[in-house]
Amino acid sequence: MSEYSELSPAAHRAAQQAEANEAAIDTVWVEAEPLIDRIPRWLAMLGLFLAILAIWYGSTALGLVSPIILPGPYETWRDILFVGSNLVSGDYMLEAFFTTGRTVIYAFLIALSIGFSLGVLVGETKFGERAVMPYLVAIDTMPKIAFAPLFIAWLGFGIQSKVALAAFIATFPIVVSTAAGLYAASESERALFKSMGASRIQTLVALKLPLALPYLFAGLKIAAVGVMAGAITGEFLGGGEGFGALIRVSASQMNTPRVFSLIIYLSFLGLFLYLFIVWVQRTFVFWNKADTPGGVG
Amino acid sequence: MTLQAEMDAPTGPAASTRPVYEIARLGKIYPRNGFEALADVNLTLAEGEFASVIGASGCGKSTLLKIMAGLLPPTSGRVALGGTPVMGPRADIGMMFQQATLLPWKTTIQNIVMPIAIREGRRAAKGAYQQARALLDLVGLSHAADVYPGELSGGMAQRAAICRMLITEPEVLLLDEPFSALDELTRDFMNMELQRICTERNATAFLVTHSIPEAVILSDRIYVMQANPGRIAEIIEIDLPRPRTLDLINTKQFGDIVGHIRGKLDQEYR
Ligand SMILES: Nc1ncnc2c1ncn2[C@@H]1O[C@H](COP(=O)(O)OP(=O)(O)OP(=O)(O)O)[C@@H](O)[C@H]1O
Ligand SMILES: [Mg+2]
Repeated sequence: MSEYSELSPAAHRAAQQAEANEAAIDTVWVEAEPLIDRIPRWLAMLGLFLAILAIWYGSTALGLVSPIILPGPYETWRDILFVGSNLVSGDYMLEAFFTTGRTVIYAFLIALSIGFSLGVLVGETKFGERAVMPYLVAIDTMPKIAFAPLFIAWLGFGIQSKVALAAFIATFPIVVSTAAGLYAASESERALFKSMGASRIQTLVALKLPLALPYLFAGLKIAAVGVMAGAITGEFLGGGEGFGALIRVSASQMNTPRVFSLIIYLSFLGLFLYLFIVWVQRTFVFWNKADTPGGVG
Repeated sequence: MTLQAEMDAPTGPAASTRPVYEIARLGKIYPRNGFEALADVNLTLAEGEFASVIGASGCGKSTLLKIMAGLLPPTSGRVALGGTPVMGPRADIGMMFQQATLLPWKTTIQNIVMPIAIREGRRAAKGAYQQARALLDLVGLSHAADVYPGELSGGMAQRAAICRMLITEPEVLLLDEPFSALDELTRDFMNMELQRICTERNATAFLVTHSIPEAVILSDRIYVMQANPGRIAEIIEIDLPRPRTLDLINTKQFGDIVGHIRGKLDQEYR
């Protein structure tokens, strides 16, 4: 501070103070983000995965749980590879995978067409809203899995009874979401179409149905979960050739690693269906910004 | 002061101009609750005239506009555009709402030709693209023709809505608080744009508004409405020279007119 050396102590202090204030102006206050919020997604996911793996390995290696209840990560991994090679080589497991896959896709398409039609009936007509909707709500509140024995009795032990159960479960969310979506048009949008002289069909096709799409896709994602649950439940109860039957057989043989790996491959089927829906949604509902919160779905 | 107030005067403007829209002894009772929303409303819009209706909330302005647009049937009286009674929505009526209501899955230009697509089909809509581009030029939005509405600001969206209203070349423009959702600066600017467009096209316009200065700066004639039942309490001719600019707001003459209307509206709340 040589420039200030000739000043009195008080003036010196004041000058120092001024300099400090000067410096303070340059200080930028950065809000500190906690470390845990700064971890990138892939690292966070990997970290959690490794942590669970470690706990899993630890509890089995120390003999805390019996291998019949919970096999170790290594045994499970070996079985995953075995089932994987069986699937790739086109053996009986691939047959089973295709059977369940077919069941899921048929059921989804049936649920989509019936659910969408009923949804339009309920959302667009007074008759549907007043007469049909109460029955749908009544059926929807029932535990639909309980209908499985009925479908097996009606349609036999083949793929049909499983398709029926899965479609039955998945139809309701599609009806409800389609109907809700058809109510989404605002007062001014309706007035606009009316003032342009649009017919009821034109208003439905050019305004209400496009506006209903985000709702419909939300329903389809729920339905995708529903068809998977329905198909597997059907195969548990009604036997047949699908993955559900394989799981049941493995479980009855206490082959727990096999159950685990079958479930993992099964989840690929559900994931594939889900991602397909997301892809279609991205293509058709590109205009809706509220669709993808946090990059999930 | 060029302000003349005529009580209960259902007369049209200067006799030399052609009447475009005629309303006589119009009454509206909502059947749902028996509420009398309009009683004995008389008004005539002359060709090229800009008229506004102003009044307290709930006095029946939107009801009147919906009847004029053919969106709502009147209970009694005569409502005629170009000599023929209005029995439903018509191609020769252009409408604008408080919200721009552009469809987000269509580009700006596709939104603008939509009235033609609905009435005459897709091929006709394609044919109207050139006209739509001319309109976009008119409102200074040509750069946004192929953009989706999600990328437009509020003012830009309303300008697109103006184009959509004009594409069918309507006889009369019905505007229900078209700029009230915009911020004040944008709103002033849009009002000046509206004045320019209406003058350029010699458009006949009917504006519903809550803003007295907005009504005064835009209108040749203001209808002051009162509620219960909704009726026209006073008709005020605005003889201020055109084109009007925002500077006018600071003149004494403008202030006097605004003050007079405010006094009239305040009476209702006493
Ligand atoms: N569909 C309807 N059924 C019954 N009454 C209605 C209906 N629509 C409006 N009304 C009544 O008619 C009166 C006038 O309504 P209107 O919407 O025309 O008012 P407004 O002048 O446009 O009000 P604001 O300035 O708030 O928009 C109100 O008292 C309202 O309650
Ligand atoms: Mg209103």
